[in-house]
Amino acid sequence: MLSAILGIFAWALVAPIVAGRSPKLGGWILAIVPAALTVWFAGFVPEIAAGGVVREVVPWIPGLDVNLSFYLDGLSLTFALMVCGIGTLIVIYCGGYLHGDPMLPRFFLYILAFMASMLGVVLADNVISLIVFWELTSVTSFLLIGYLHDSPKSRRSALQALLVTSLGGLVMMAGLILLGIVGGSFELSELAGQSDLLREHPLYLAILILILVGTFTKSAQFPFHFWLPNAMDAPTPVSAYLHSATMVKAGVYLMARLAPTLGGTEVWIYTLVSFGAFTSLLGAILAVRQTDLKRILAYTTITALGQLTMLIGIGSTYAVETFAVYLLAHACYKGALFMGVGAIDHETGTREVGQLGGLLKLMPVTAAAVGLAAMSNAGLPPFLGFLGKEFMYSSTVGMAGDGMAALGWIATLAMLASNALMLVTAGLVFVKPFLGPKVETPKHAHEAPVSLWLGPVVLSAVGLGLGVFHGVLERLFVAPVAASLAGQAVDVHIYLWGGFTTPLGLSIVTVALGAALYVGWSRVKAALDGVARALGYDSDGGWDRILKGLVGVAWWQTRVIQSGYLRHYVMFTIGFTTVAIGATMVIHRAFTMPSVSVLEAPYTAWVLALTVIAATSAAVVAKSRLVAILSLGVVGVVIALIFLLYGAPDVAITQFMVETLVVIIVALVLARLPRLTAFQRPSRRSAARDAVISIAFGAVVTAVMLAVIDLPIPLDLSEYFATRSYVEGFGRNVVNVILVDFRAVDTLGEILVVATAGLGAFALLKARPRGKMPGTALPQTERTGERP
Amino acid sequence: MMDSLILRTATRLLLSLMLLFSFFILLRGHNEPGGGFIGGLIAASAFALHSIAYGPAALRQVLVFDPKAIVGAGMLCAIAAGLWSAFLGDAFLTGQWLHWGEGDAAFHVGTPLLFDVGVFLVVIGAVLTIVLSLEEEDV
Repeated sequence: MLSAILGIFAWALVAPIVAGRSPKLGGWILAIVPAALTVWFAGFVPEIAAGGVVREVVPWIPGLDVNLSFYLDGLSLTFALMVCGIGTLIVIYCGGYLHGDPMLPRFFLYILAFMASMLGVVLADNVISLIVFWELTSVTSFLLIGYLHDSPKSRRSALQALLVTSLGGLVMMAGLILLGIVGGSFELSELAGQSDLLREHPLYLAILILILVGTFTKSAQFPFHFWLPNAMDAPTPVSAYLHSATMVKAGVYLMARLAPTLGGTEVWIYTLVSFGAFTSLLGAILAVRQTDLKRILAYTTITALGQLTMLIGIGSTYAVETFAVYLLAHACYKGALFMGVGAIDHETGTREVGQLGGLLKLMPVTAAAVGLAAMSNAGLPPFLGFLGKEFMYSSTVGMAGDGMAALGWIATLAMLASNALMLVTAGLVFVKPFLGPKVETPKHAHEAPVSLWLGPVVLSAVGLGLGVFHGVLERLFVAPVAASLAGQAVDVHIYLWGGFTTPLGLSIVTVALGAALYVGWSRVKAALDGVARALGYDSDGGWDRILKGLVGVAWWQTRVIQSGYLRHYVMFTIGFTTVAIGATMVIHRAFTMPSVSVLEAPYTAWVLALTVIAATSAAVVAKSRLVAILSLGVVGVVIALIFLLYGAPDVAITQFMVETLVVIIVALVLARLPRLTAFQRPSRRSAARDAVISIAFGAVVTAVMLAVIDLPIPLDLSEYFATRSYVEGFGRNVVNVILVDFRAVDTLGEILVVATAGLGAFALLKARPRGKMPGTALPQTERTGERP
Repeated sequence: MMDSLILRTATRLLLSLMLLFSFFILLRGHNEPGGGFIGGLIAASAFALHSIAYGPAALRQVLVFDPKAIVGAGMLCAIAAGLWSAFLGDAFLTGQWLHWGEGDAAFHVGTPLLFDVGVFLVVIGAVLTIVLSLEEEDV
């Protein structure tokens, strides 16, 4: 399975070349690998349906329990088939839809990389590799959503999706790591066996909340639903893929995957059912308010995701069956509808409901595909969507029997309303554009090319076929997926006709209600718009306010802390260090006086100490910069002498050289600066402030030194290096052996810093705009003075 | 640039002596005080001295390569020294050694030397990048 994922990544790298060479057939050629993988994964179906699982482990960082391990059971196999199968159709569709787009080669790279990341998410067994693939889907979907990067709207949507989903992903990472620590394993398949321990653990609630934040953001559950409709600023193939088989389903996938591990508790059921039900109702209400076909579909995705979340929460036999059926149903019809709408947009030049009509004769194939998909969406028999709806009612009604009557009835009513509204949207997507009276469109419409209608036709046919041949569906997909969710084999039975039951009654009510609402659509829309206005509903506006607030805070702290004056930076750094160390020492009562008397020091040390004090005083009272620098140089040299005196020649030489170079460099800088006398002496107040900060810092450092000097020196490291430097590093100079051998990675980091400092200085001095900022250039006359 | 005859004459002698000394420090670093960092600082001071005496244009002629390229070469050396062991299956930056002779007369040479040369070059390049940027600045 690792080779499958890496294969698509490699294929993604080849894709731009292929698409560049053959712009006409690029999509068809690039679909070969996803198609082959679909067939390959389909080969696992009999084995998985028989109750088997496949596991593959490749050690990655074994010391940290991080493996590239993959796990194939009913759930992950179904997802893998959707990712690859729908992916194949999408790639073909892209070739037709974006034909002639100069950025098409790049687009194939993005979408194939996204496909590989998504496949990684659904197959990963190791928590850490799951997180890696999860964040990769966030990044690649960012590139896809922001594909039309010239448009500020696209950029905003892409950034919003990235921020919401990747921040959620970070929160989730904390939860998953906690899960791994508590459960004692980072393999999801092994964690499922620890479910009893996990559910009773005091950290259970924390783990659950952290993980759910991640899955809710990814799957656009309320209150994170706002990014998904914006994400449809992406080209239609992207929307079709993101909304049907991937990305947004990643959150649903993870909740389903963790259901046997974390599910079944009261908090799990109540959270998922209430958020899911509310999200689905909200999505449906928002969907009927739209007039743009793509927006309608985008909001109905939110509804479907809410319904799936709710089903995972319920977790009964009916619910897990419904989950499996509805997952497939939604993937098929939503993919078909999005691609169909894309074809309409491509051929007519508009997606507005009001500007479309009577396309049936002009685009018969697209019409057929969209019609079939819309009927599945509306939940009419014998489509897969109908099965999903029937069983959904069975599971919400069934909750009453499980002692959650109130929640069950609320959920049932929410589903009834949202399903009725879904039927309205299905009507808007199919009936208005295709049936209705003929309307003049911006472009003269005719049938789309084969690459544009192949995807919708295949997907809607699958939706119909699986509904009719539901025995096959039950055996090959529903039972294995249900078993994954329940954590054990489930006895499933799917039927189109179950007699006159409550669910059937609810279904009839749904259709009747939906039809009534469709007929009065314009009035319903007006009423809902009025309600939204009255409530002041604007979740996107909330997002804007949050971002604006964040930027405001950033501005404020930049103004205060990063004023642009070097002296302020030095002041803050030293002040903070003083307070932090001083406070720590006060809290821990760490002030001690050394037992060794200071007066016992050799006379050389006294001489050096007095020199340092004299030089420092000279630096403080100096009237010219050069004198100040030279005085500080004296301090540096004396410190080097102290190093030499106490047997650290390496450090001493380094110190000498650094002092020399500092004087050279500072002298060069001074040559460019105006005379010190050109400035006023610092005011009494700032001089006093500087004095206080300096003395406090000096006092704290002295206190630390006094406290440290009496502690026993831990010798184990010194001994370790002393005994091994010649044996293992073949050098007698321990300092150098540590630098280049034992701790070479540290040194590598340090020379990187040195290199960056050099390049940074170059950039600052050389790469600034010349002659454009009169304030920065110094007058010629002032430059001549202090040249050394 | 300082137009001083004494400085210029002294620099002619000192440049080569200091460079020689910096190589000496670099190579003996493994057994005696010294090493790439100190050696690099010494060489950089030598070049800086030359630049003060004869001006930045003359220094560029002496250097042949741009200091930024020297930084890059140094980083390459250091990373190559690490990758060497990675290709041989050890952890990144594990020392790989060749030995000649026995006992006290033994002579060892290994990737840490290459690493130290990398440090040496990065230090020279970075310091000279700063010095030249300052000296060549024309506001």
